[in-house]
Amino acid sequence: MSAVSSRTGRSLVLLAPLLLFLIGFFVWPLFSMMSQAVSDPAVLRLLPRSAEVLTDWDRKSPPTMPMQTALMEDLKAVDDDQALGDMVRRLNSARSGFRTLMSKTMSALEDTANPPADLVSIDKRWEKPEFWLAIADALSPLTDRNLLAAVDLGRNAAGDIEHLPADRSVNRVILVRTFWIAALVTFACAAIGFPYAMIAASLTGWKRDLMLAAVLLPLWTSLLVRTAAWFILLQEKGLINDLLQTLALIDAPLPLIFNRTGVIIAMTHVLLPFMVLPIYSVLITIPKNLMPAAASLGAPPWRAFLRVLLPLSLRGVASGSLLVFISAIGYYITPALIGGPGDQMISSIIAFYATGSANWGMAGALGVVLLIATLLLYSVYARLSTDEPGRR
Amino acid sequence: MKTILKAGVLAAAVVVLSASLAAPAFARDLTVVSWGGNYQDAQRNIYFKPFAEKSGKPVLDEAWDGGIGVIQSKVKAGAPNWDAVQVEAEELALGCADGLYEKIDWDKMGGKDKFLDSAVDDCGVGAIVWSTAIAYDGDKLKEGPASWADFWDVEKFPGKRALRKGPKYTLEFALLADGVSKDELYDVLGTDEGVERAFKKLDELKPHIVWWESGAQPLQFLASGEVAMTSAYNGRITGINRTEGKNFKVVWPGSIYAVDSWVVLKDAENKDAAQDFIAFASLPEHQAKLPEFVAYGLPNKEAAAKVPAEFAKDLPTDPANMTESISLNVDFWIDNAETLTQRFNAWLAQ
Repeated sequence: MSAVSSRTGRSLVLLAPLLLFLIGFFVWPLFSMMSQAVSDPAVLRLLPRSAEVLTDWDRKSPPTMPMQTALMEDLKAVDDDQALGDMVRRLNSARSGFRTLMSKTMSALEDTANPPADLVSIDKRWEKPEFWLAIADALSPLTDRNLLAAVDLGRNAAGDIEHLPADRSVNRVILVRTFWIAALVTFACAAIGFPYAMIAASLTGWKRDLMLAAVLLPLWTSLLVRTAAWFILLQEKGLINDLLQTLALIDAPLPLIFNRTGVIIAMTHVLLPFMVLPIYSVLITIPKNLMPAAASLGAPPWRAFLRVLLPLSLRGVASGSLLVFISAIGYYITPALIGGPGDQMISSIIAFYATGSANWGMAGALGVVLLIATLLLYSVYARLSTDEPGRR
Repeated sequence: MKTILKAGVLAAAVVVLSASLAAPAFARDLTVVSWGGNYQDAQRNIYFKPFAEKSGKPVLDEAWDGGIGVIQSKVKAGAPNWDAVQVEAEELALGCADGLYEKIDWDKMGGKDKFLDSAVDDCGVGAIVWSTAIAYDGDKLKEGPASWADFWDVEKFPGKRALRKGPKYTLEFALLADGVSKDELYDVLGTDEGVERAFKKLDELKPHIVWWESGAQPLQFLASGEVAMTSAYNGRITGINRTEGKNFKVVWPGSIYAVDSWVVLKDAENKDAAQDFIAFASLPEHQAKLPEFVAYGLPNKEAAAKVPAEFAKDLPTDPANMTESISLNVDFWIDNAETLTQRFNAWLAQ
């Protein structure tokens, strides 16, 4: 017993660096991303008095005097600029205009020489219920606002969930587009990668090495360089169009860039190694004599392929597809450089919220949606691959 | 078993801890961050290297692409690894309100009255005045566009157009093309009807627009003939004319200018040295060298007066270029950037 446990202990010691790494660089960031998406303490933390007074408000009439006094007292008590910034960002995200309104209000409140009587005298916007509504809606420490907005839903003034207006609904279209592009790329990679891996596996010696090197070399080149290279090849006066035009195969240049075609071509090229390598590694383990055996039993080559080789190599295709698809849904640089406005994927929206407007809640919520979609997909894959006979 | 486990965890913890404790022991050199490209090459020659020589300490420089989220995450994490950063006007306003920057020691800078009003802020010192304008290839278009209305006119000037992807500038340009005067521009854009009108005008041009994201792209589109005209940063246009002998023209009427500023990140390790650096880079004798390399206007009034006439005519601050141009309304964009970006993305996805 003790020998066993000491062995587990020793292996745990060996694993400790890996576990710490995983916790520090995988579990913890993932957890904090998900908690960012639902936690909403920025306003409540700074406005405790207003929170109390606002519970009695009917959510539509103009602000009462106690509401204004409570908010003024709360704002005067703020001594942390960064916390104030978090609150203003949160409020401005719900209601445009809070940025300038708050900076005007804060500087008026700091002027102790002639203290303002109420908020409305500082800025007329404080009369409008919309601004107070934004505050009232931000006073719960947990929120589903970001998660709903990530799929183009929101709560109306009465608190019911409804669709956002068309001019604010973009995420669903882009999410669907992201999965569609990823699916097309996965299909293209499988269509090219499978025959390629089959040929590579059937060769020996330097020919095989050459074919594998042709897959591996691009993998070692920076993604940006490969994308830029495609830009040069695909553009209107680029190599491909020039060549086709000199050969008089086409009259006008083909539109290959700033559209879906270009994105699929470039992404397929970039992700192809992730399809070829798993398929190849499965194919070389399949005994070479199975195909001749099928032929000797009377199967023509296409049937031998369909009944013998394809089922045996499906595991490689499935794991390759999963790798390609999961990488593809996170693509950012390639659609941004090669694609048109109709080809931008969800990561460009996430990047805007994260770096452009520091709205980590929305960035986290979109990340959660992407994570859930990926997990669902993985569970489908896991089920399919365990159902597969001969793998058990 | 428990003891072994404990020992393992402890050992790992010690390694991690000692690594994180040892880090601050190596003092980081002053790190200055700017926009990269030939602009930063010029800055390196006229500011970074001379300052390193004067102070006797190395100056590291890095490039970034902007975004208040980048600054915020660095400052919030504590001990940011950048000291002096060049930021756009909205990043200055947002970050200053959010307490992400140190306050500027204006006595060190030589006093506020030495600078243009728009270059003076509690948290930032203006570094350049730059402009976004229409650019076209003078060799291909003998008679080029003169206004945003011409930019929208695809019959008179056939060919694709390029604009920066995002609502900022794009909505302004659309309203100018629709006949809004420059003085009323932000009043109109401040209303729901104005925003509606801008998107409606953009609908007209949508099939002809190629969107760009990084500053080098529009000029590449123009050089390859991919587009007939584009919006571009004025410094890049003049730069490519000088280095590659192009004949790209800048259309000053209807261009929008803004001030980029130096800031010091809150609680940065070298915050005092960073202020010294900014003071050094703001001295007229140093700043006046910049237009020779990149055609950006100078916020230090004395420096602006020292620029030779041959370079001055390309600057956004040149009186002839300034008369019909517009100053970016920073307050409008810090209030509305998020909602309008959302709306812009929805419009783009339709």
